[in-house]
Amino acid sequence: MTNSAQRPRRLEQGNVPAPGDHAPGYNIERATRASRVGAVAAGAGALVLVSMPAWGDSSWMRWVVEFACLLTLAQMWNLLAGYGGVVSIGQQAFLGLGAYALFVLADDVGINPFLCVPLAGLFAAVVAVPTARIVFRLSGGYFAVGTWVVAEVYRLLIANASWLGGGSGKSLAAVREFSKVARESTTYWIALVVALGSVALVYLLLRSRHGLALTSIRDSERASESQGIDVARTKLWVYIVSAAGCGLAGALYFLNTVRISPDAAFNVGWTAYIIFIVVIGGIGTIEGPILGTLIFFVLRGVLADYGSVYLIVLGVVAVVVMVKFPRGLWGFVQERFDLRFFPVQRRVRFF
Amino acid sequence: MLGWIDTIVQGVLLGGLYALFAMGLSLIFGVMRLVNIAHGDLIVLGAYLALVVADTAGLSPVAALAVCVPAMFILGYVLQRGLLNFTLGKDILPPLLVTFGLSIVIQNTLLEAFSADPRSLKLGGFETGSFHLGADMAVGYFPLLVLAVAVGVTVLLELAFGRSSLGRAFRATSDDPEAVQLMGVDDRHVYALATGIALAIVAVAAIFYGIRTTFAPTDGPDRLLFAFEAVIIGGLGSFWGTLAGGIVLGVAQAIGFRIDPGWGVLTGHFAFLAVLLFKPSGLFPKTR
Repeated sequence: MTNSAQRPRRLEQGNVPAPGDHAPGYNIERATRASRVGAVAAGAGALVLVSMPAWGDSSWMRWVVEFACLLTLAQMWNLLAGYGGVVSIGQQAFLGLGAYALFVLADDVGINPFLCVPLAGLFAAVVAVPTARIVFRLSGGYFAVGTWVVAEVYRLLIANASWLGGGSGKSLAAVREFSKVARESTTYWIALVVALGSVALVYLLLRSRHGLALTSIRDSERASESQGIDVARTKLWVYIVSAAGCGLAGALYFLNTVRISPDAAFNVGWTAYIIFIVVIGGIGTIEGPILGTLIFFVLRGVLADYGSVYLIVLGVVAVVVMVKFPRGLWGFVQERFDLRFFPVQRRVRFF
Repeated sequence: MLGWIDTIVQGVLLGGLYALFAMGLSLIFGVMRLVNIAHGDLIVLGAYLALVVADTAGLSPVAALAVCVPAMFILGYVLQRGLLNFTLGKDILPPLLVTFGLSIVIQNTLLEAFSADPRSLKLGGFETGSFHLGADMAVGYFPLLVLAVAVGVTVLLELAFGRSSLGRAFRATSDDPEAVQLMGVDDRHVYALATGIALAIVAVAAIFYGIRTTFAPTDGPDRLLFAFEAVIIGGLGSFWGTLAGGIVLGVAQAIGFRIDPGWGVLTGHFAFLAVLLFKPSGLFPKTR
């Protein structure tokens, strides 16, 4: 150990410690100054957010719920594509399945609709297992389109099921027994938990050895395999986790709108939004999707009156960023200022 | 019984159109391993282009081919040279995301320009004409023409790939783009030619598509999925496989539509998933 620690020191400082000198120490740093400051700020912010039902307007709360859904979806897609290198354009499959699971479990089975949200995530994860068996037979770009086909299959199956309301969808009756205040604030708190949970999950996962395995698979499957990583298993797991997150977000979104249809739930537009958010914000960073979701909502507010022009702008911006600044806004910040609120890397510091 | 034979014949004819959708996708993937998510939207764009050309010049849609095919070739060349070439590399993310973004841009630009109303191309009667095979079975002239063109395009592509110097450049660039540059071939130009040719075929497919059914700005994704399924069902690496894949998909959809109109597209998807499960390399694989 001392040897390996001496070598870089020699390079950095130019003085060679004589044999028998005190062994130079080193630390492996996993936190940054920004991450410590950020954690305190995030804690304070979370307190403000948690208390919002006491002082906030209900339109603000709906807005936060929507924000939480998109942020969760973006984190899940970023985990899959940005960290795992598994590029799916069919995550709307799990979003829609989770949402429909909520409607069925709450209205037809009679479970408390708020309890149904985690169950919906679980349901999406369960369906992800057989789905993965099929789509992972394709790789790279074909995998991406394959996931889209699967999402279409789920959409068409539900659109053909008359007991689920067919193509015109259905409304959530189970929430009517709750007062407006109870409904809105409970939905809101669930949204906070889901969104913060998704960020925490990705962060903790990436700091663990599983995260290391995941990013190494993204960078080279063959090299990872030679290091003893079970590539197929790791990809399957990250696919299931991402599906669960998307199912949760889907259930939450449609718990907020109280009305669902196959076209709304399984729309590929979800993936378009997610990709925009992650690419602009910075793919392969945890801060990126947060920043991207903020930008997304600002742009949507600014361009709200222009209809499809808004989507054209989103598309053009995403294309330009992908070609010219593939690491996105946060990638730029990271490079320029070395600012990391969610450090997942390991850094060796000698002293 | 005869009803089922009729269904299968109609399915084969529909498959000709799907094969035409798929050829360009297959060609681009074969040469540069790029999956073009905007492929379906480019088909719809081609249909609108034919509509505009036919309307403004007062031409029949088939005569509009004379303008649309070169125009789409140039569009493909410029698109590849000006944008897609910059996304090629080891990472699969940039080409996927850039073509996905492109797809959204094309769709919404068409929506702005032409509204969401479905449109169609008219051919003055030929598209509805048919001849009878036996008592109950009618075969349309137009679908038969589409299938014949699909076969013709397949033959031409196979010949071009296998025999011409351009095809040699395509195959070589696909195998090893760096070695090809050492031989004095400009890979950027080769990729651009491939996309140009792919979009020229898209122009043909688009006009047939616009004559056969109505089209709307948001129809692109379904065309992409059909084309993609045809390629995978047929197996990568051969245009004959893609033709066969299109026909299998067409037959599967026709059978589904016969059982229940809501199930047509779904049975096509099922055929695709079944192939993935039981024969993931496709029905007629051949490494090009």
